[in-house]
Amino acid sequence: MDTPILEMKSITKEFPGVKALDEVTFSVKKGEIHCLVGENGAGKSTLMKVLSGVHPYGSYSGEIYVEGELQKFNGIRDSERAGIAIIYQELALIPELSVYENIFLGNELTDGMVINANETIKQSIDILEKVGLRVNPETKIRDLGVGKQQLVEIAKALKKQVKILILDEPTAALNENDSDNLLKLILELKKQGVTSILISHKLREVLAIADTVTVLRDGKTICTLDASDGQLTEAVLIRNMVGRSIDNVFPKRKAHNIGKEALRLENWGAYSPSLGRDVLKDVNLNVHDGEIVGIAGLMGSGRTELAKSIFGNPDEYRLSGKIFVNGHEAKFSNPRDAIDARLAYVTEDRKRNGLILIQDVKQNITLANLEELTRVGVIDENEEIVVANRSKEDLNIKTPSIEQFLRNLSGGNQQKVSLAKWLFVKPGVMILDEPTRGIDVGAKYEIYTVMNALVEQGMSIIMISSELPEVLGMSDRVYVMSAGRIKGELSASEATQEKIMELAVDY
Amino acid sequence: MTEERITPGKSKKSSALLELLRKNISQYFMFIALIGIMVIFTITTKGVFISSRNISNLLNQMGYIAVLAVGMTLVIIIRHIDLSVGYLAGFLGAFSAIALTFWGWPVYAVLPVVLILGVISGLLTSTPIAKLGVPAFVSTMAAGLIFRGALLLVTMGTGTIIIRDRLYNAIGNGFIPDLKLFVLPGNRHFLTLLIGLIFIILYIVNAVKSRNKKLSYKFDVLSPSLFVMQLVLVSVIIGYIAWTLSGYNGISWSLVIVLLVVGIFQFITTKTPLGRHIYAVGGNPEAAELSGISVSKITYIVFGAMGLLSALSGIMYASRLHSATTTAGLGFETDAIAAAFVGGVSAAGGVGTITGSIVGALVMMSLTSGMNLMGIDISLQYIVRGAVLVLAVVVDRATRKNR
Repeated sequence: MDTPILEMKSITKEFPGVKALDEVTFSVKKGEIHCLVGENGAGKSTLMKVLSGVHPYGSYSGEIYVEGELQKFNGIRDSERAGIAIIYQELALIPELSVYENIFLGNELTDGMVINANETIKQSIDILEKVGLRVNPETKIRDLGVGKQQLVEIAKALKKQVKILILDEPTAALNENDSDNLLKLILELKKQGVTSILISHKLREVLAIADTVTVLRDGKTICTLDASDGQLTEAVLIRNMVGRSIDNVFPKRKAHNIGKEALRLENWGAYSPSLGRDVLKDVNLNVHDGEIVGIAGLMGSGRTELAKSIFGNPDEYRLSGKIFVNGHEAKFSNPRDAIDARLAYVTEDRKRNGLILIQDVKQNITLANLEELTRVGVIDENEEIVVANRSKEDLNIKTPSIEQFLRNLSGGNQQKVSLAKWLFVKPGVMILDEPTRGIDVGAKYEIYTVMNALVEQGMSIIMISSELPEVLGMSDRVYVMSAGRIKGELSASEATQEKIMELAVDY
Repeated sequence: MTEERITPGKSKKSSALLELLRKNISQYFMFIALIGIMVIFTITTKGVFISSRNISNLLNQMGYIAVLAVGMTLVIIIRHIDLSVGYLAGFLGAFSAIALTFWGWPVYAVLPVVLILGVISGLLTSTPIAKLGVPAFVSTMAAGLIFRGALLLVTMGTGTIIIRDRLYNAIGNGFIPDLKLFVLPGNRHFLTLLIGLIFIILYIVNAVKSRNKKLSYKFDVLSPSLFVMQLVLVSVIIGYIAWTLSGYNGISWSLVIVLLVVGIFQFITTKTPLGRHIYAVGGNPEAAELSGISVSKITYIVFGAMGLLSALSGIMYASRLHSATTTAGLGFETDAIAAAFVGGVSAAGGVGTITGSIVGALVMMSLTSGMNLMGIDISLQYIVRGAVLVLAVVVDRATRKNR
């Protein structure tokens, strides 16, 4: 048997507090289509970043061999020189430049100091031919659809004499037709001798084109399966993706009563003008007092969009359908309306749109409900300190002082500040988007404990989560989303990792 | 102008002073630099710089820039810029001159109308910014061009308009009257000293009250000795300023206006929900919006206030010159922006104080005044001011990193 074109041996990569990759072994044969699958956070993207030099040599342990030679990449340029090209979900094209300019970006053909446009265009036509894209090379990128842009990216990679082409979720943003074309192209490139690594959540797609499939879970290689004989099934893949034991990481919740309906969505839909498509369609769901409802689904399934659309984002989406709060129809034209209706939204990305990192703990905690502290137009700063100190105690926020800037706190403590901020508005319904993302196990447990205490007091929680054990461990009921729709509703007793994953990969 | 922040955490008392200094180093730094600059100029001008007459002139000259710097601080805090303020001030100054001189309006009608026009102009300038996301740089530059055209248009037929209204001219040149109860040695201005004393008393009463309030909450406060030191220091500064001013005509109306503006805006930014909202929008607009704060509403309010202060600046300037000229307002925006940056406002948004920017304005104005007294050529003056601006921002960034 030949030496594999790519071998990654015992790759371990640690981030502060997290082991993203743990002794991962990954081997790709020359000329094959190798698919990499796993849940969100399984380590697929990190592995590819190690391979492409984004995480440079020395920041991980383990060895990378390309065609039998040990590689020490210090950046993307090095990996490109070795013939590796990676195409991310977010395309790295420059919209205002033309197709040919993008293909040759960084490798411009010149006569002395001047770009030779004619020669560049001529060569572009040949390359575009290879990827089956028939457009004028002088077209600007922004005038092309996403599907065609993806082909330009691939053309750009081919221009660099790529040996190994890595595609990260290439079809996530494409419609069916464009997806089919892209998959055909990958098969076509295989005939021309290009090796491809494909990361995908769409298992049907994986089974259709893969020669080999490697499954990652929790930063470890679970198995590498031969798919070419057609014996591999979705069920086998799912079992390997999720087959994790749920340890005793979830605090016990006291038995409590689930009360009346707190929030209901009817035929809820959201159209995004900037994306030009529906991000949510026909969503029907509800949550009761004292209930935790989990929303599961893979990246891009519309979970965050659901939270944002509920919480009043009139500029971002065009909404349809009805929303009921405590049985009364409501309409939120901005987040203030939602807060006034006693909704709270702890965002997924606390640094981007949750907290103000250059302000201190107390100012962040009180921001959404300053009225409560205001006497005749003036903020009572002493009361504010009392409130902040109480939150600090209640949620066990570890900070030397409530005057500490948020950027100096750890992720877990930042998340607790986020929770404290929204608890201070005294909400009836809390939407928690990825409440434990990027925080350590201890802080996770504390946050779960807080959630349990809240529902025992009668609050409703909608918990959006990518982590299946969390969904199963915390939820009274689970909705599974895919492609902007609710694909199924499972009670706590019937929900299993396999069942959720089956619904989540149902496109 | 010192801004004390008493740490409610569990800091040890022995290091309280150091802690206080460390936390507010960037704020104190410019204040210390200001004192340094003043000492240097006092030496190089053999005491002329620190004379009552010069200090009084310096404060009066900076009035129209100081009010702009206050507004500009808010604009930069919410991550924008306003390049239109200079010509808006020039145009509204000319408008007030025309209303007084040609239309025969009384002063008490002219002032409110001009101030309201300022607010409206600010709101109009910010509409493309708040509603459509047009960069403030572009929108306000366009508005500046329009105001400049408007200024030329209204002064086209007449050229410079001389203002003869005494009341109006007193705004930029007059001083508060004295209580002629008795004559002080050196002909000092009695009311000015009295006001200085009242300020000191108010300050002490307020500080003691606030300390007692904190004690009632069982928060940590400054130790008694440090607290007394602080009271003495601030009282000495206020007293010294009053004493100096009392030696030359006393407090000017310009200074009264500046103190009022600073007082009101300092209060709004530090004590009210509106102020918090402004800082929140500057610190993270997306998070602010999701916390129920309307970013566009805050944008309108801030630019409206900027317009109001531009109008005030225009009035102060026209009044000071007794006239409206075709070049009034030229470069005001640069001076205001420079004052804000020297005073520690961050271009990245969310950081900066009103008092800081006033210190910044004082630094820049002291440089101009001191170098004028030394007879330094204007060409060198620009170079020095440019160097100080950049140096101040570099130091500010360096001290801020430690927090």
